[in-house]
Amino acid sequence: MTDVMTDRRPLTGQPGDPLPVSLKQARLPRWSPPVIALVSAAAGCGIGLAAGLDSRIQWGLIAALLFIVGTYALAAAVEGRRQAKDRLATSLVWIAFLLAVIPLASLLWETVARGSKVLDGYFLSHSMGTLPDAMPGGGIYHAIIGTLEQVGLATLIAAPLGLFTAIYLVEYGRGRLAKVVTFFVDVMTGIPSIVAGLFVLSVWILILGFGPSGFAGSMALAILMMPVVVRSTEEMLKLVPNELREASLALGVPKWRTILKVVLPTSIGGITTGVMLAIARIAGETAPVMLLVWGAKTINSNPFEDAQQSLPLYVFQQWQQGSEASYDRAWAAALVLIAFVMVLNLVARGIARWKAPSTGR
Amino acid sequence: MAKRIDVSGLTAYYGSHKAIDDISMSVEPRSVTAFIGPSGCGKSTFLRTLNRMHEVTPGGRVEGKVLLDDENLYGSGVDPVAVRRTVGMVFQRPNPFPTMSIFDNVAAGLRLNGTYKKSDLKDIVEKSLKGANLWNEVKDRLGKPGSGLSGGQQQRLCIARAIAVEPQVLLMDEPCSALDPISTLAVEDLIGELKERFTIVIVTHNMQQAARVSDRTAFFNLAAVGQPGKLVEIDDTERIFSNPSVQATEDYISGRFG
Repeated sequence: MTDVMTDRRPLTGQPGDPLPVSLKQARLPRWSPPVIALVSAAAGCGIGLAAGLDSRIQWGLIAALLFIVGTYALAAAVEGRRQAKDRLATSLVWIAFLLAVIPLASLLWETVARGSKVLDGYFLSHSMGTLPDAMPGGGIYHAIIGTLEQVGLATLIAAPLGLFTAIYLVEYGRGRLAKVVTFFVDVMTGIPSIVAGLFVLSVWILILGFGPSGFAGSMALAILMMPVVVRSTEEMLKLVPNELREASLALGVPKWRTILKVVLPTSIGGITTGVMLAIARIAGETAPVMLLVWGAKTINSNPFEDAQQSLPLYVFQQWQQGSEASYDRAWAAALVLIAFVMVLNLVARGIARWKAPSTGR
Repeated sequence: MAKRIDVSGLTAYYGSHKAIDDISMSVEPRSVTAFIGPSGCGKSTFLRTLNRMHEVTPGGRVEGKVLLDDENLYGSGVDPVAVRRTVGMVFQRPNPFPTMSIFDNVAAGLRLNGTYKKSDLKDIVEKSLKGANLWNEVKDRLGKPGSGLSGGQQQRLCIARAIAVEPQVLLMDEPCSALDPISTLAVEDLIGELKERFTIVIVTHNMQQAARVSDRTAFFNLAAVGQPGKLVEIDDTERIFSNPSVQATEDYISGRFG
């Protein structure tokens, strides 16, 4: 803070006042927000202790309130009202960010802390076999195999269908059919996973008479995945500038080749990301797997016959057993599932960056 | 190889909106014809009807005849893809394919059409880039992305891409409006060279440019906003700019418009 302190609030005069001579004005030092945050956190804890409040959530809320009010009051006193409002908005955004991150971080922390207890090479490479549920030991190999196969098959079904649907909607779709398809894709996005499971159950198992299998689960997962793929691919294709299509058409390139050689390569990074995120979304589905794949304790690597296991269903079943050993296994399997989804996300980001059209000078 | 264009009774629509009304004109081979007129008078729309790009726009349709050396572009059984191979186009904003290198951009028309011999490809790319006065600037970085070039270079790259497929006619839709004066000069010089080989039609808002590069000039106008655009007159550029036969042309050119 400098000598311009004397010339306080030069930019917040009344309407009609002459314009301020100086464009400089008093500013809070850069370190003030973190200091205010620390002080209000300490004050929140102090008040909480003194008043004997049990809930840490109340401590946090008091601290947050103090931070907002403190920042606003201080900024209003030193910098003027406009800057105070700006700081008010900034602190609200920060607190919203913290509120969003805290549950995420604590979930991750909890899963890592509890899941790492039994997570080792043996756990990853063995099935449950005939091990009684209350006994420690056993593993998730059968569940990993099941999840990979079911999700893989679902992707093989849903990704091409979704891709072609999106290409139809963006490049060819005119008139009523396109509108109807768009509408139903939107509706499908909101289908609860249990409904998709029940649909496949009634058609595939009850009417056609097939038994439970990984493939039956894949069909339900594909139903859930398809609208997500269509939506994200559609958005990516719409981002491709029309000028590129016209440039290609004006060279005398047929429309289908234009789509294949110009439109898709331009948007392939985004499309892959969308598919990966759709895979991540269905990898954690439990309800359809429970209805259609049933779960198993032993390894079944054939997704087209007999019951299989999958990671989310394994977590659910182990938790249901209610013994100390099965709790540990459930947490470890949950950790593996989270890691799987995270790896998919990282791969998606990598592909998006790798395939992004470069501007390289 | 340059061809003559005869347009008669051409009317173009966007959905139910009539954009240009009953236009007839001839474009001489191996010459530059400039289209001038106020914004929204249908110059670009008319240009796009000359290689059937107008119908790419949703709702776009055309009535009338466009004869390319006696062959009607809108006749039954005519393939718009074949038309566009014969009548190339350069757009207002440079639009190189962002996923392709400079070389691939120029080769794109041939590659995507599959109409080339592998051994010829390198020669064609070099010839086209030389034809577009870009060869010396990019010959050392043909493998780099085309989007890394400056705006003026990108536009010349697009011209190289258009002439690589050896069209008969080259349509240019305000090719210099996004360029600085030096790049504009480069493209204008290029137009002067290209007219030895191609029939060139250029839309421009810059009347000095029309006067500089074109042999014949067509003036388009519209009666009022929302009305279809019409061809007011087409004549030798010299006559249009010195002694036009219609008063509206003189008003527009001398700035006494509206």
